[in-house]
Amino acid sequence: MARSQKKGPYVDERLFGKVAKAKEIGATTPIRTWARRCTIVPEFVGQKFEIHNGKVFMSLYVTEDMVGHKLGEFSPTRTYRGHGGRRK
Amino acid sequence: MPRIVGVDIPNDKPVWIALRYIYGVGPHIAEQVLKEANIEPHTKAKDLTEDELSRLADLIQRNYQVEGELRRMVQSNITRLRDIACYRGLRHRRGLPVRGQRTRTNARTRKGPKKTVAGKKGVKEMHRG
Repeated sequence: MARSQKKGPYVDERLFGKVAKAKEIGATTPIRTWARRCTIVPEFVGQKFEIHNGKVFMSLYVTEDMVGHKLGEFSPTRTYRGHGGRRK
Repeated sequence: MPRIVGVDIPNDKPVWIALRYIYGVGPHIAEQVLKEANIEPHTKAKDLTEDELSRLADLIQRNYQVEGELRRMVQSNITRLRDIACYRGLRHRRGLPVRGQRTRTNARTRKGPKKTVAGKKGVKEMHRG
């Protein structure tokens, strides 16, 4: 079920603060985060993130198209390389 | 046969059914449009006057996305998901269900016809039976 409109999008406060700060000082280092449930808001555009997938951090450069999605959608948590077949 | 919105040629069914042959028009929109155009839903599509037809076409075209336009929109939405490489986009790329359905069994619509794998559970029973 979709989130209630009344509440607005969920944004991780601390992460939002970090993004604001990074913008202010013009830092280009990626922000490491575990906040997969955080919605990508327009302020995040152009920022680099490293999103934890439970094992490693996956890097992501946020573009305009990604607004409205969650950070976790860009950091797959499962690996599957197919079944069987002859491998070289 | 009457023509509404491009190539659609609904037949001699009542209009409220015939309209649904247009891609993007279902029960709801069909009913709305007929109410708006003041046309009796149970008249046969072939009995519609020129005037009524043009009124319907105009209403549908003005208020709703149908046919090519709608198809293009859906396709571009999918392309967007693919390009940004989000979870849903990845599922579209692999041809697997997008909305969290199980894939251990079923999901045949997305995955296509069965590809039987030797040694997998259930294969022996298939040959015995």
